[in-house]
Amino acid sequence: MYPYLPITSEDRRRMLQAVGVEAIEELFVDIPSVMRCKGRLNLPGPLSEMEMARHMKALAGKNKNLDDNPCFLGAGAYDHYVPSIINHILLRQEFYTAYTPYQPEVSQGTLQAFFEYQTMICELTGMEVSNASVYDGASALAEAVAMACQATRRGEVLLSRAVHPEARQVVKTYSHFSSVNVKELGYQNGLTGAGEAEELINNQTSAIVVQNPNFFGALEELAKFAELAHRHKALLIVSADPIALGLLKPPGESGADIVVGEGQPLGNPLSFGGPYFGFMATTEKLMRRLPGRIVGQTADSEGNRGFILTLQAREQHIRREKATSNICSNQALCALAAAVYLTVLGKKGLRQVAELCLQKAHYTYRSLLETGKFASTFTAPFFKEFAVTGQEDAAVVNARLMENKIIGGYPLARDYPELKNALLIAVTENRTRDEIDRLVKYSVAT
Amino acid sequence: MELIFEQSVPGRTGISLPAIDVPEEAIESLIPAEYLRRESPGLPEVSEGEAARHFTRLSRRNFGVDTGFYPLGSCTMKYNPKVNEDIARLNGFTRVHPYQSEDTVQGCLELLYHMDRCLSELTGMARVSLQPAAGAHGELTGLMMMKAYHENRGEGHRKKIIVPDSSHGTNPASAQMAGLKLVEIKSGKNGRLDLDELKKAVDGQVAGIMLTNPNTLGLFESDIAEIAEIVHSAGGLLYNDGANANAILGISTPGDMGFDVVHLNLHKSFAAPHGGGGPGSGPVGVKEHLAPFLPKPLVEIKGDGSYYLEYNRPLSIGKVRSFYGNFGVVVKAYAYILTMGPEGLRQAAEDAVLNANFLMKRLKDYYDLPYDQVCKHEFVLSGGRQKEKGVNTEDIAKRLLDYGYHPPTVYFPLIVKEALMIEPTETENLETLERFIEAMIQIAGEVDEEPEKVRLAPHTTVVGRLDAVKAARKPVLRWKP
Ligand SMILES: Cc1ncc(COP(=O)(O)O)c(C=O)c1O
Repeated sequence: MYPYLPITSEDRRRMLQAVGVEAIEELFVDIPSVMRCKGRLNLPGPLSEMEMARHMKALAGKNKNLDDNPCFLGAGAYDHYVPSIINHILLRQEFYTAYTPYQPEVSQGTLQAFFEYQTMICELTGMEVSNASVYDGASALAEAVAMACQATRRGEVLLSRAVHPEARQVVKTYSHFSSVNVKELGYQNGLTGAGEAEELINNQTSAIVVQNPNFFGALEELAKFAELAHRHKALLIVSADPIALGLLKPPGESGADIVVGEGQPLGNPLSFGGPYFGFMATTEKLMRRLPGRIVGQTADSEGNRGFILTLQAREQHIRREKATSNICSNQALCALAAAVYLTVLGKKGLRQVAELCLQKAHYTYRSLLETGKFASTFTAPFFKEFAVTGQEDAAVVNARLMENKIIGGYPLARDYPELKNALLIAVTENRTRDEIDRLVKYSVAT
Repeated sequence: MELIFEQSVPGRTGISLPAIDVPEEAIESLIPAEYLRRESPGLPEVSEGEAARHFTRLSRRNFGVDTGFYPLGSCTMKYNPKVNEDIARLNGFTRVHPYQSEDTVQGCLELLYHMDRCLSELTGMARVSLQPAAGAHGELTGLMMMKAYHENRGEGHRKKIIVPDSSHGTNPASAQMAGLKLVEIKSGKNGRLDLDELKKAVDGQVAGIMLTNPNTLGLFESDIAEIAEIVHSAGGLLYNDGANANAILGISTPGDMGFDVVHLNLHKSFAAPHGGGGPGSGPVGVKEHLAPFLPKPLVEIKGDGSYYLEYNRPLSIGKVRSFYGNFGVVVKAYAYILTMGPEGLRQAAEDAVLNANFLMKRLKDYYDLPYDQVCKHEFVLSGGRQKEKGVNTEDIAKRLLDYGYHPPTVYFPLIVKEALMIEPTETENLETLERFIEAMIQIAGEVDEEPEKVRLAPHTTVVGRLDAVKAARKPVLRWKP
């Protein structure tokens, strides 16, 4: 009847007898009868595999997907190409059905993959230590803020308004409950206001938080913020786009103390917002304050190299309320996807992807400006995403694009009322010139 | 085994990319030179075939649920249905951007809406947020809502959260992050919450209690009605860590037990795979009085039957992560609910409990059983007897690897010495259970006759027992050329 339940009624009879009870109810006598479910629960099913699949395909079919509708929407989740090999590796049951690698002797696959992942994240970010992932980019940022406050024993952060609005909301939620005071820094010409940071920073500031490229796609001058933060014994937290790091100077080289980011662009599908993963890297000095799992190298008694979860004195199962974070399960399989992605792209491939994004985004930008119907919202340099301000409401532009099977940009006025008619447009390597030309064509009313 | 970096040869690549099809400009004219990387990141250079072989070899050094019996207590390592993997990979689900306009994502929204309804029904709650990414994230979200509830009633002084000493480490850690003050109370002799201890701890400062039910010993907190009465009458709330929901789905609901908030682990009870450590999904459900505080957005339905994301929720705690949660994991769990239906879920709970009681009964003569009573989906043995003979629980766990089993959870809960926490789940057949019993009995015999064999285990794995102290003392956390 149920393909996942192998116990037969004959088994049940024998087992109940072995246990020494007459009926299954006797195993539930400890649940007071007033608390027992009465009648049939109001749930769908049971459906056969065929029926369930048909139902789910129908649901999936109600969505407009990116295979049929080229997408210029980014704003923190990007339509980068996911090489075929990744799914094949993720579908190895040894990876996807395993639990957290608590028993290292039978988990060397996951552990070594994490060790390789950590190395890759260090290489991308220019940091010394990486953990094995947290939930997503936004919660990574919130964890970084908590970490900075613990490390500096200060209770304030300066958070740029050019950081992803959802990430800011998550930082604020976490901070509200842990009594951290969040002060926002405004932006000018799409870049975080350095002057304002200079004015607001004080001896209670634990960190300056910026994103690069920031939410508007613009490139921040990280070294300036690092210098300012360090002059006041505060930390610099940078949220970075991992694809951009194929081309851009690693934040570590500019003086960042904690680098986090949304890992989705590295081989993970958009999937309506998740599962993604947050990457998180820091300096050796702050390593013991990192949240989450960290894999280290060690050896067995014969000297064979092996890998194991380490520095566990930071973690909830050892330290309970004194742990650096409550995180237990992370986003392991998404991080594995990133490791496979960065492996197949390699040194040159990642740079090539970054260059494709850069060139296509700039071509799109120029083409939109050439229509005369869009003006640059900002003039700061950008990578794969930029803002333009049109003459119509962003929703009108997007509706026209959708009629022509194109998913348009992100209406910035949603979060920045001052940016009326502005659209944030993302262009990845996945967009062709033809798709870009169609975007430009239908962005303009005829 | 070689690291991928050690296999790297300059000039190899695992990808072919299209040429740039737009007019190009010099990079330095687009991005200031001082922002550019001087050196490429040190990523490996291998062909696709080499990558495939590398990760396949790695996978063979792992143990999954399809490899063999995985009775890891508290983790509910049940079978992960294959079809659910396919369903979650439909391009109508994976190739959808979270910021697409609502009219283009009706399928996703409908699914989320119905999942909220299903989980509400199964937990006896009013509403469920699917935003939390894992169990611990659900705990944090739930505790934040409890605190916000008290603050909203002008009772922001309520900061005390009661947690039993048998609780999972994430409970106290989540309480700390939510800005609550932890009061840990000792469990009673029968392995359940001690009502006298509870009464002593409860006062006008109490925000609530966090309870796992069935608890981490696998025992149902039969006094739950009285516990709820004590906490509620003091103005506190009850949080249920629902990690152990597999024992009660379709049989009882946290709502009926008196809980105000509960989180579920879709990567445990609802057959979504654990991925080697994630992604999970930790939906959190609340009763009506806490619903206004749920994270935003929630999916709502309009009069015309269309779905939308409701952000206008003024009392909401805000967001705990971006977008709407681990959607892909929710898809798998929803598919699971559809295939099981209410009867199937109940049958699963009954079989899980039967399997656990069967194992417990058959093993208790060979290992200490500190709480000898009917268990729910799991039970906790102690290796105390073996420890006296110089073999500890870790040794027993490692020896099980030689027999081809993934060991149970060990050294948790903390209140049992040399704990072995065994959770068979309902997807294991009787023959597997019999063979596991046989192996456990044999190991108990080895402890008497060949203790060295157990102490030096494992003998058959790709590496021997690894030195954890060395790893932590001089941390090597990345490869260097
Ligand atoms: C009882 C209990 N509570 C909470 C958790 C935390 O769940 P997660 O790992 O999904 O964060 C676990 C998982 O190990 C658990 O067993």
